[in-house]
Amino acid sequence: MGMETIPHNFLTARLEDLVKWARRSSVWPATFGLACCAMEMMATGAAHYDLARYGMEVFRASPRQADLMVVAGRLSQKMAPVLRQVYDQMVEPKWVISMGVCASTGGMFNNYALVQGVDQIVPVDVYVPGCPPGPETLMHGILTLHEQIRSGPLLARREAGRGAGIQIEQRDGQSPSGLAVAARSA
Amino acid sequence: MGRLSGFRVTLAQVFKPKVTEHYPKEKRPKPERFHGRHVLNRYEDGMEKCIGCELCAGVCPAKCIYVRGADNPPDAPVSPGERYGFVYEINYLRCIHCDLCVEACPTEAITESKLFEFSFTNREDAIYTRDELLVDDEGRARRQPWELWHGGEDDRTSAWMRATAPSGSAEFEGRVSWSGELGFGVRLGEKGQSEESSP
Repeated sequence: MGMETIPHNFLTARLEDLVKWARRSSVWPATFGLACCAMEMMATGAAHYDLARYGMEVFRASPRQADLMVVAGRLSQKMAPVLRQVYDQMVEPKWVISMGVCASTGGMFNNYALVQGVDQIVPVDVYVPGCPPGPETLMHGILTLHEQIRSGPLLARREAGRGAGIQIEQRDGQSPSGLAVAARSA
Repeated sequence: MGRLSGFRVTLAQVFKPKVTEHYPKEKRPKPERFHGRHVLNRYEDGMEKCIGCELCAGVCPAKCIYVRGADNPPDAPVSPGERYGFVYEINYLRCIHCDLCVEACPTEAITESKLFEFSFTNREDAIYTRDELLVDDEGRARRQPWELWHGGEDDRTSAWMRATAPSGSAEFEGRVSWSGELGFGVRLGEKGQSEESSP
């Protein structure tokens, strides 16, 4: 953005506020509805709740023009690379809302087919609970994200290829190193 | 006129009443039996209703409840029964608000409230412990700093199950059994589903 070289002083502090204000008043979501939560996400964008009040009315079909990914619904293992690719295609700064319990932890579907939390794939900023979360709960999550944008660092980048920093515990005998040892002995 | 006729729809919309609800300031009233976050109720004398039987944890399809019961200390009992729930945790990033725990609870200790506006920036915040779920000394839900609810929204939040209590059987419609409760006291049973559905 060209702001890295500007030294911090009174003027740039106000400029920082201005940039943050501009960012949080036009967060454009990428369309990533995966399941029933997407219905509530559409309802949030519709007339009764009207996300346009926050400058978010354009759900972008192209990730290049989006700032926010609302992962609405359960994420299957097959969809996970797609989610990561869409996230990688978005330009910085970008944020992720994990909407609903399935996206956040897998919810009641604790099985082999679903990713147990999208924060294993992408870094998540706000978790919205509920099954599905109503429009008001999603808007609460959006307001929480606005607060995070307002108070967070301006130039922090995500490290490439990094998730939320959660290490998945491997069961005994299934860790990658264990497999390697078994292969060598066999 | 031909090229302006498309604006007829737009013009007609201008005079219609506005339906948008300005969310953080105003909220739509919740239905009576809304499934929000849980509360752990107490009796009128301040005793906790939870007896640590772990039925709610057993019935939970998402396995989001963790309960451990312990024997009541004889000199300062926490609940009127033999045991009480000394660990009670609900993970709201797994809870699907199906209300099966409420139906399973033999003492109506856990009920769902109408409070639903909360979101987390951190997974640890999503686990509500007993301190957060238990109602306060006046029988009202404790408000967490990240929850948005206005005054009066927690009214009548507890024990909507009373229509069909205990354990959700329709024979118990309108009958009050275990409802001695802080703040709300003994309330009449709700009319019940069969009476509401009949014309």
